[in-house]
Amino acid sequence: MSSTEGVKDEWPLYEVFVRGKRGLNHVHVGSLHAADDRMALTHARDLYTRRNEGVSIWVVRSDHIAASTRDEKDPFFAPSADKVYRHPTFYDIPDDVPHI
Amino acid sequence: MSDDHVYMTLAEGHEDDARWAYGTGFEDPLHGVDIAVPEGVDAGEVAACCLALGDDALVSAQRLAEWCTRAPELEEEVALANIGLDLLGQARLLYGRCGQVDGTGRGEDAYAYFRDPGDFRNVRLAELPGGDFAFSITRLLVLSSWRLALFEQLTASPDPVLAAIAAKGVKELAYHRQYAAEWAVRLGDGTEESHRRMRTALEQVGPYIGELFTAYDVRDEVVAVLRQVTEAAGLPMPAWKPSPSSSSRGYPMPGAGRDGDHTEHLAPLLAELQGVARAHPEATW
Repeated sequence: MSSTEGVKDEWPLYEVFVRGKRGLNHVHVGSLHAADDRMALTHARDLYTRRNEGVSIWVVRSDHIAASTRDEKDPFFAPSADKVYRHPTFYDIPDDVPHI
Repeated sequence: MSDDHVYMTLAEGHEDDARWAYGTGFEDPLHGVDIAVPEGVDAGEVAACCLALGDDALVSAQRLAEWCTRAPELEEEVALANIGLDLLGQARLLYGRCGQVDGTGRGEDAYAYFRDPGDFRNVRLAELPGGDFAFSITRLLVLSSWRLALFEQLTASPDPVLAAIAAKGVKELAYHRQYAAEWAVRLGDGTEESHRRMRTALEQVGPYIGELFTAYDVRDEVVAVLRQVTEAAGLPMPAWKPSPSSSSRGYPMPGAGRDGDHTEHLAPLLAELQGVARAHPEATW
């Protein structure tokens, strides 16, 4: 007897990225379920751009994303914590330059 | 547009910077449109057209709203509600125009909440009970294809307000049709059960299609869409009888919802829609 008998198969999870009108890059806004890529795009349009937020949408299957793990947190990110010389803090940025 | 600085141009119109999540740059579809009826235009005809198309939209919106909490997936529930709200927005604009030109000066609420079923001019297909998801998709496919073709014609209406409302609606309806067509293909070309349900839905919708082609000549556009979708879905074309009369362009048409001739399903729908407004007339919120 199958253990999944009677349990509904779930549509796969997708991650949604939206580029806002003034945005320069796509921003992760959430996730949703969809049966295929096309449906994921229409669902993203209906769920995440209904308040006039976006001009472009990306969707990607969540299981296609490779992510760093918690265990790697220190070796990945701790070494950059004391490298202050890598920040461009030695320049003056004009007040009227946005998106920086 | 300020062109003195390239970065200022990028950020223009987005002073409300901190609230990205709510979007920016909303537009009023009737901004700058002259509301006077141009000379030579029959105000009564414009009013009748706005009323009929407004009623189609309001009744359809109510049927779509019935899917809230009942749709097969949360995502679909939001999608159907969005489509219903698009139509509700169209109804509001159309009722608003109707009140301006029919001589009564009534507001949108008077049309939506304080008319009885016999005064409604929606096509009967819009008022049929919800049925299953396949039925709702099939009805939406037919109604959105038809309405899109109508609105495309109306963008050239001699009444500037009706033309502006139509121009706004065309973009919304194009999405409604696309949404319905994708689902129709998915279900028709899906499992044995989904195919069977789509066939049943087409048989149920068929008898109400002829009524759609009485006032405007958009039959060819709708047939072309239905043929393309049913072919892709492996489904038969729905069968319908010819329109009662294609010669008359006036409203209302005989023997149809446009004549106030409705099924028994409209009255309960309106009772639910109008109950609160009638219990508390003049209430504001």
